[in-house]
Amino acid sequence: MKPLTVNFRSKAAMTLADAQIQQSIEHVYTGFYKGRLTAAGDTPDWEDLRTKGKAIKDHTIAHLDYYLGLLADNVEKNGGSVFFADDAEEARRHIIDLAHKRKIKTVIKSKSMVSEEMGLTEAMNDEGFETVETDLGEYIIQLANETPYHLIAPAVHKSRADVAKLLDEDYKDGDRVPDATELTMMAREKLRGVFERADMSVTGVNFAVAESGSIALVTNEGNGRMSTTVPRVHVAVMGMEKIIPSIQDLSTMLRILIRSATGQRISTYVTMVNGKRRPEEEEGPEEFHLVILNNGRQKLLEDPQMRESLNCIRCGACLNACPVYRKVGGHAYGWVYPGPIGAIVTPVLTGLKDADNLPAASSLCGACHDVCPVKINIPRMLLELRYRTAEGSTDKDERTSSATERGIWKAWRMGMMGRRRFDIGSRIASIALKPLSRNGWLTKVPPPISGWTSTRDFPAISMSSLKSRLRKRNEGSK
Amino acid sequence: MSENTSTTPRPDRVTLFASCMVDQLAPDVGESTVEVLEYLGVMVDFLDDQTCCGQPAFNSGFRSEAYPVAERFVNLFEKVNGPIVVPSGSCAAMVRNYYGDLFRGNAELTDRAKRVGDRLFELTEFVSQFFGTDAISGSRVGTATYHKCCHLLREIGVDEQPIEMLTNIDGLEFSPLERADVCCGFGGAFSVKMPDISSAILDEKLDFIEANGSSTVVAADTGCVYQMQGGLRRRGSGVQVVHIAQVLAESIKTVIHRR
Repeated sequence: MKPLTVNFRSKAAMTLADAQIQQSIEHVYTGFYKGRLTAAGDTPDWEDLRTKGKAIKDHTIAHLDYYLGLLADNVEKNGGSVFFADDAEEARRHIIDLAHKRKIKTVIKSKSMVSEEMGLTEAMNDEGFETVETDLGEYIIQLANETPYHLIAPAVHKSRADVAKLLDEDYKDGDRVPDATELTMMAREKLRGVFERADMSVTGVNFAVAESGSIALVTNEGNGRMSTTVPRVHVAVMGMEKIIPSIQDLSTMLRILIRSATGQRISTYVTMVNGKRRPEEEEGPEEFHLVILNNGRQKLLEDPQMRESLNCIRCGACLNACPVYRKVGGHAYGWVYPGPIGAIVTPVLTGLKDADNLPAASSLCGACHDVCPVKINIPRMLLELRYRTAEGSTDKDERTSSATERGIWKAWRMGMMGRRRFDIGSRIASIALKPLSRNGWLTKVPPPISGWTSTRDFPAISMSSLKSRLRKRNEGSK
Repeated sequence: MSENTSTTPRPDRVTLFASCMVDQLAPDVGESTVEVLEYLGVMVDFLDDQTCCGQPAFNSGFRSEAYPVAERFVNLFEKVNGPIVVPSGSCAAMVRNYYGDLFRGNAELTDRAKRVGDRLFELTEFVSQFFGTDAISGSRVGTATYHKCCHLLREIGVDEQPIEMLTNIDGLEFSPLERADVCCGFGGAFSVKMPDISSAILDEKLDFIEANGSSTVVAADTGCVYQMQGGLRRRGSGVQVVHIAQVLAESIKTVIHRR
């Protein structure tokens, strides 16, 4: 998928002005965020689980080569094949070749963000394979020809009427809006036939277990299980960080993932796949292929300040908690991963220069860090990326700050380096702004802070500092 | 009501770090802070040379500009002993939680900064930790609600204590704010760099404030106070947003001084 991070501001502005999306997206707070809060509250050892989850991921990422090797060995031992793809293009080509060689006609997809990175569905359709998303949200997005809005709820921005229009050509504005069950039944009817004729599936991977060579899938619609059992070829795609050492670890990770994502204690389905059908088994695919994608992750791994972002298990909790995501929506972020986690990984994976607005678009409120099941310190990494864009600290090419901006902060520093300058600067500002102020407030201020008064009044700067007030106070008491 | 359970002796002398914003924009908040501390029997020293902790530049990514300002802060405040109190969770968080990142690569300065940070307390944190949330019991008639400023809540870990302090004031009718822990959209330079997003977040906050119906909103960081008050004024609302130090200082004016 081609990054469009450079359009952040205009996309954000469009979403801010869209009342329907603003209303639809509220669900991520009232539904998911509140659900997570309740689920966490009902889990007595919640904080211990998060600590454990972080330790598991820290350990795995620190020994990633070892665990990837172990995983590959065990998948092959189970009769599957493993392909390490360096980038999206390589992964796409591998999967398309694989499908051509097996004379595949219909491919069913279950939800996978990594396949979005590959732009796989579109590419396979272009190659002549009937490729259909089977997760309801993803299916809606495919019909709308859009990209996912959210890590776990791709169509969260769509209203029920929007969905009805996509599923039923005859649906017109003003018709009765079908309820969620009716819409699901409409999609089910359309998808059933596709499931029956599919000869290949592509699924994601929530966790790959190195010691057993198995993959775990967490779903609520059953499409994941259909995908891993019905077609004769199963291809699973994963980012190279989606790995944990053992089955014991899986129990910890599933508990924190599902609670953080939807507030459920466990999802409707948890599917474990150990590879292709065995001789004594009646069902399952004849072939199992695992594609492990790098696509820039090596850069995160080699970057001590950003490495922790590889701990992410893609639960989406940081999106639901983020006041910025809830206003600007998922498409503003311009690539596969939206919200706070997108704001830290997208710039590294796709290039910071075009994505400099992503780390800038944060009030640094810290809600993302607070809800993260593996305690990723997202605010710290946002600050690190701001450092890189402001000063080009690691790569001069990444510096996007303007000369004016740099000049302002230089002047600020000079003002802060001496108390006299600090006082004089403030008094000059207070005198200069005085004519504009009414009752201690201003409705318009000059640049560089003019953005403030587009929507808010600005306080008049005090004519005296605290230092001088306290001095007077002490003199008075003597 | 949480009583003071700390076994640490109550400090009787502190140094005030005003924060640049309180010092120059909101000296009233600084004076109120002094009054609250003095009411508790704490003598307050003020270092005349103080300016800023460096957070504005640091948060904007300009670390080479923030660095000398932060180093200056450490040099100045390591010269005094005892607790340092600041009426801002955000500035407290900068010194305590982010100086390590800013001074990365300079172990000696990082270590000195940590020793200063260990003595630095946000105002409501200081009062509740050493004196208890029931230590201030004045009166102030009116209705009030409380917004939980992000850095005080998540970086410093002060959550319900300020609310306990407010509910201890006679005559103050307190009603909790819906989504009190959601950001007001301020975020320092973010508020002027991306005013449309900052304001959209603010609008949600102001809707909940207006639905709450209290005539006063209390918060513990000046930036957030101005963000909310500036937005409410623009809406034509008469709701007042005040710093918690001001509410506490007003309430104790109604009771006879202890000393």
